[in-house]
Amino acid sequence: MSQSEVKLLEVRDVEKIFSVKVGSFEKKDLHALNKVSFDVFKGKTLSLVGESGCGKTTIGKVILGLYEATNGSVVFQDKDIAKLSPAQRGISQKDIQMIFQDPYSSLNPRKKIKTILEQPLKIHTKMKKKERLATMLSLCDDVGIDHTYLERYPHQFSGGQRQRIAIARAMILKPELILADEPISALDVSIQAQILNLMMDLKDKYKLTTLFITHDISVVKHLSDYVAVMYLGEIVEYASKDELFKNPKHPYTEMLFSTVPDIRTPLATESVLKTGEIQSPIDLPQGCFFANRCPYKVDACEQSHPELVDLGNKHLARCPRIGEF
Amino acid sequence: MKLFKNELLIEYFEDKLAVVGLFVFTLLCIFALAPAIFSPQNPYDLAQLFLENSFQGPNQNFLLGTDEQGRDILSAIMYGLRVSLYVGLASTILSVIIGFSLGLISGYYGGWVDTIIMRIADIQLSFPAILIALIIMALWGAGIGKIIIAITIVNWVYYARTARGVVLSEKEKDYAQSAKALGMRNFAIIFREIMPNVTAPIIVIATVRIANAIILEATLSFLGLGVPITEPSLGSLIANGYQVLFSGYWWTSVFPGIILMVLIISINLIGDRTRDIMNPRLKR
Repeated sequence: MSQSEVKLLEVRDVEKIFSVKVGSFEKKDLHALNKVSFDVFKGKTLSLVGESGCGKTTIGKVILGLYEATNGSVVFQDKDIAKLSPAQRGISQKDIQMIFQDPYSSLNPRKKIKTILEQPLKIHTKMKKKERLATMLSLCDDVGIDHTYLERYPHQFSGGQRQRIAIARAMILKPELILADEPISALDVSIQAQILNLMMDLKDKYKLTTLFITHDISVVKHLSDYVAVMYLGEIVEYASKDELFKNPKHPYTEMLFSTVPDIRTPLATESVLKTGEIQSPIDLPQGCFFANRCPYKVDACEQSHPELVDLGNKHLARCPRIGEF
Repeated sequence: MKLFKNELLIEYFEDKLAVVGLFVFTLLCIFALAPAIFSPQNPYDLAQLFLENSFQGPNQNFLLGTDEQGRDILSAIMYGLRVSLYVGLASTILSVIIGFSLGLISGYYGGWVDTIIMRIADIQLSFPAILIALIIMALWGAGIGKIIIAITIVNWVYYARTARGVVLSEKEKDYAQSAKALGMRNFAIIFREIMPNVTAPIIVIATVRIANAIILEATLSFLGLGVPITEPSLGSLIANGYQVLFSGYWWTSVFPGIILMVLIISINLIGDRTRDIMNPRLKR
């Protein structure tokens, strides 16, 4: 297994600090990302899981270049792109594409589907008009949209169709890495499955490498190879999918699993797990970020901040009491 | 796009009042475009004016009467309408171009660019529009080009503010973000991606503000600071007649006034309807 794994993207100690106004004059630092590190391997899918506000979209935007990282490095194609804007990245930007969460806002309402799909080709390739059309048509077949749709406007489509179009736009340059930022959470449940299946088909067909950002751990099970669980701007657990689902180590991961409704088990037995609010990213606690919600908390948890501990078998977790579980 | 536009047109014609407004406005525009064809005389060709015709009330020869030089009021109105409409349209187009671009840039870039542009707008809005126009015209003197520029300076603010407000929300939308992620340049994102989504409110405001620009021009001309005497607009006709209004020659002032009013009402009717059909909250 390890021989076939080639690093495509290397994220090292990425920090993103936003400056926010507190009151009229004072400014404070908001730590959206705290030393996030992970690798994405070629042909594999890494899922980033976490609740809203944990920084999973922020890391996606840093990789895409919409945000500039405050510290750390993002190495892609032997180049550190952490502090470069999309325009500065030049040709390597062509190989990172994003599928956005909301297909209602990700397609320009005043442009035909054809114009939307053609745009990336015009910017990044030297194709002639006929070649562009051929590329678009073959991709339409792949994502399951009709050729006649090209002449229409986004408002003439349903959410599922729009997301197919958005996927087509992300795919059209044949990128090395696809960032999927909650691509199904804005859709109806019945459509979600279709889009998930489409993404899995495309993954097989094009050997896609995907960074899948989601809050829904039940989706993770379907299409990831590796899973990174994020909490308050840092990774608290990282493991292969099978390992994580079989043997979750971090209390937060455990809590996420317990929130998945399952037809075979009674609902929400361990309500104690779901209490408490996420800490503010402006005044970060000294100890473990999860301590205030953790059912296994001891005094030591609030003393010092835990490091990611390698538990072997590529399983990492960040918990002060990790040895005891 | 063709279908889209036709839909809007069909919707426009559903309101009777708006159709009347459009009809009247078109009619006035036709008169204004070619006054030489429709008017009984050229009111500014002195060879056609005869002093014995002065101050005639409305009659068979002069439908709306004559002024102190024997000038046919109807003809004067048609020529005056042309000046009024020209100033109104030209200043609106100019202020849309300037205001729209500044608003887009200000909203998109934010920061100090935004601060400078919007503070200038704020300062300008804190003075009455007529005062600013008066000062400019008093400094520069009369002239059609000058009054167009003066009205543009007064009016660009409204377009800039509106455009900026819409851009602030549009630039955060994913389509703008995705254009940025593709490596598109800022100017391309502003003018190709975002601008088409900001045009609707700008068109609505522009139709309403044309009326405003025409009124402003009429006011300035009435006060004697607007268009030159040789090219009178509706406003200067009213001013001209006003001097003899209390001598019983009411038609010299009242008829240009009525036409100005009809013009403004018809534009406002069109503007109201445009706002109704283009408002995304009422439609879509």
